[in-house]
Amino acid sequence: MSRLPILDVAVRILYPAILVLSLYFLFAGHNQPGGGFVGGLAAGAGISLRYVQGGVRAVRDSFRVRPSTILGGGLTIALTTVIVPLLTGNNALEHAKLEGDLPLLHHVKVTSALTFDIGVYFVVLGLVLMAFEAFGEDLDSELDEVEAPKQAASHGLEEYRIGRRPPGTSWGGRS
Amino acid sequence: MFAVLILHLVVGVGIMLSGDRLGRRAFLVAAVAPAAALVWALARSGGVLDGRPVDESVVWIDGLDLSLDLRFDALALVMLLLVSGIGLLVCVYSVAYFAHIEPGQARLAGLITLFAGAMLGVVLTDHLLALFVAWELTSITSYLLIGNADRNPRARAAALQAIFITGSGGLALLLGLIILGQSADTYRISEMLESPPSGGAVGAAVVCVLVGAFTKSAQAPFSSWLPAAMVAPTPVSTYLHSATMVKAGVYLVARMSPILASTGHWRALVLIVGSATMIIGGLRALRQHDLKLLLAYGTVSQLGFMMLLFGTGEYKIAQAGVVLLLAHGAFKATLFMLVGIVDHQAGTRDVRRLGGFGPGWAPVKAMALIGAASMAGIPPLLGFISKEKALDTYLEHGGFTGGAAVLVVIVLGSMLTFAYSARYVLGLLGHLAEDAEDAEDAEAPASRTAPPPPLLFYGPAAVLTVVTIATGLAPVLVDDLVGAATIAIDPVASPSTVKLWSGFNTAFSLSLLVIGAGLALTWFRDAVERGQAAAHSRLARLPSGDDGFVAVLRSIEATANRTTAFVQSGSLPAYLLVILSTVAIVPLVPMVGELDALPDWVEDPIQVPLVAIIVGAALGAALVERRIAAVVMLSAVGFAMAGLYEVRGAPDLALTQFAIETLGTVLFVLVLRFLPARFVDLAPAIVRPVRLVVSFLVAAAVFVYALVASAARSDVAAPSISGEMIARSKPDGDGNNVVNVILVDFRGFDTMGEITVLVVAAVGAVSLARVGRRRRGGHEVVT
Repeated sequence: MSRLPILDVAVRILYPAILVLSLYFLFAGHNQPGGGFVGGLAAGAGISLRYVQGGVRAVRDSFRVRPSTILGGGLTIALTTVIVPLLTGNNALEHAKLEGDLPLLHHVKVTSALTFDIGVYFVVLGLVLMAFEAFGEDLDSELDEVEAPKQAASHGLEEYRIGRRPPGTSWGGRS
Repeated sequence: MFAVLILHLVVGVGIMLSGDRLGRRAFLVAAVAPAAALVWALARSGGVLDGRPVDESVVWIDGLDLSLDLRFDALALVMLLLVSGIGLLVCVYSVAYFAHIEPGQARLAGLITLFAGAMLGVVLTDHLLALFVAWELTSITSYLLIGNADRNPRARAAALQAIFITGSGGLALLLGLIILGQSADTYRISEMLESPPSGGAVGAAVVCVLVGAFTKSAQAPFSSWLPAAMVAPTPVSTYLHSATMVKAGVYLVARMSPILASTGHWRALVLIVGSATMIIGGLRALRQHDLKLLLAYGTVSQLGFMMLLFGTGEYKIAQAGVVLLLAHGAFKATLFMLVGIVDHQAGTRDVRRLGGFGPGWAPVKAMALIGAASMAGIPPLLGFISKEKALDTYLEHGGFTGGAAVLVVIVLGSMLTFAYSARYVLGLLGHLAEDAEDAEDAEAPASRTAPPPPLLFYGPAAVLTVVTIATGLAPVLVDDLVGAATIAIDPVASPSTVKLWSGFNTAFSLSLLVIGAGLALTWFRDAVERGQAAAHSRLARLPSGDDGFVAVLRSIEATANRTTAFVQSGSLPAYLLVILSTVAIVPLVPMVGELDALPDWVEDPIQVPLVAIIVGAALGAALVERRIAAVVMLSAVGFAMAGLYEVRGAPDLALTQFAIETLGTVLFVLVLRFLPARFVDLAPAIVRPVRLVVSFLVAAAVFVYALVASAARSDVAAPSISGEMIARSKPDGDGNNVVNVILVDFRGFDTMGEITVLVVAAVGAVSLARVGRRRRGGHEVVT
């Protein structure tokens, strides 16, 4: 079975668009519907398109850093936003504000709440990436396995007992 | 004062971080901290001895009114001399002891420094809670020090035993200290002396505090960990398990006695436990062949003795305790160091294999003789003075109930002490080897050819020996210190002078009796040994402290196993059944009462088709046979739900719901590949109705919950919290989207917690999946 051209083209167009949308959610979130959580989820949805197109390898190729790094990095960013105000003598999570005029963007206002949201964004993104890493397969082996689950279905027992799996009827059913 | 404690921390952590790079020089670095503490203390000792304690307070947690109240008084000075003085000597001694240092042993130096800091914390703090923290730190460092040789199973077991016993005692102590602090309305010991705690709970607090002190100071029946801890290197045993840490319990009893001695069962408990410990420890010491174990049981016995002196609440008797504290620190550390030297040079410390020493060992022999003589209470050494003073004060001031019996115990215990002191000397000099086996045995004792120790090795012990002799001959050297320490224990005290010779009185004749009986015990030691062996074979049937410890551990394990086997059946449907029925039933019961009026059924016509989708899809999900179909049905429910949010004017919620549903469906499909395509029900027929009932219960619970929760908002009289949040969103949070402002600002901590949970869940899911894959890989090989 070969790749579907329509899928390839569609993903090539949709994937960047969805990522941009997710960034929009992230940055606009403070004043309009959106935020880091939704942004991260939207980016995750985009990644699932990449997965449909090319399996885990495609997901891996879309990000240079490892999923766990994104996950931990996100948590670190959020945590830093919580702690830094403590160091300067304010309450935890006290937010600072930065305003200015930039060329092209005109008046821009940024609060440090944005960094917190960026942390949330990366945590959600990392979570999705790790889920694909954990449960996803490469496209090729995936296609090999299309027949497999039917075999396993005759052994319904494994649904009810964790860890007592008769050999040969293991998860993917590959033998 | 605080700086001194910090210095210990810095030096200790520094050495730990340096790893093995410093080698045995680590111990020289470690010596810096106790040396600094000594200099600091001696510079202030003048005022302290005049009764002007140094106070220092460092704010710790202002909001909880917690501060580190440090107080350096004369009793603290006595303890500091032990902790830092012996600490310094032990560090020097260790340099020679670890001449051939192995990897991982340099770490001991850092741990010893950390321990010294923690121990100083115990004696310098005036605040009960800070005392507890330091107390536990000594337990932890002791655990690490005993178990430092982490490849030795005996060391690990001994370390575990020590921390189990002292740790559980520590819990009791914490409880007791909190009760005391709350009923006295202060956690400062110095203030508690003036206004003692009162109330019914204090009786319980007394028991708790004593349990803590007894476990720490290895009193019967908690003494089993101390002999086991002797598996640690000798410098550690010298320092922690004879000179300092085990005295923490005694120290606490000394501090609390003037406050609590007449409260509840304090005195009865201390006297009974102390007496039993003194006698049992002495008897067991007499049976040991390992010199270090002999000293360990001797320490147990002496700790019991100290409890008897400090626990009465009579300052005159406590004064004898202070002398004993000093004397014991000096002679016991000496004797331990000598055992270490013998062990190191001759390769054994078993009296049956020690057969005397060659030339060059004279200093060791002399010091062993002097140290043991001080322990046995032979004049003119400090040990004699302390024992004499103990007997004298008990004769004069032991008028309380049981005082006479305790006096008898002290005399008997002292006889045993004399006997095991003699055994120590005879064993070390090799006389017991000749007793045990023929002198012309084929296996000649290795000790004869053992190289004599260098000066650096026995120097520290020599310093302590000089102290023992000098203070024995001229007790005026410590008179001021002992007097001031007694006043520090009990402000109303008027201590008497410490004298070597106080006339031919009853106490002296008792001392003579002790020496005579001790000599007799030593002379007829074969008969004594046979008698003990005979008694032991009968006594062995009685449970010992060790047996008790093992039994407690076993029962904990058995209970845990049984509980796990019962609760964790391994059946997912069973887990779900338990979780769901709990979730349904527990909140349902109180909520049904709150349910009064039903709201309008339809607020907006568009809700009707949306709800129809939800109901239809939910029913479908329950009925279809194919998993993939069920997943699609579930996501239909989710999307329709998002529509409902949108209708109610919550775009943020709707957006999030849409995103989650999309992604959730994708992830579901991912996982679905690992499961059979259709639901297969293998459960027995009887389970089906149970599941039905639980399902309906959950549905009812959610329904009632939704109604009650939404109605609960309307009858709040005060302006609703959402109004305030919307109002403050723009000025305080700088955002027009109140939902987002709540998430990242008003309730930012919640979000922080949630994303942390997300991270944990992600890591957990990945590791579970990896385990599954590995198993699959294994099967591939098999099939």
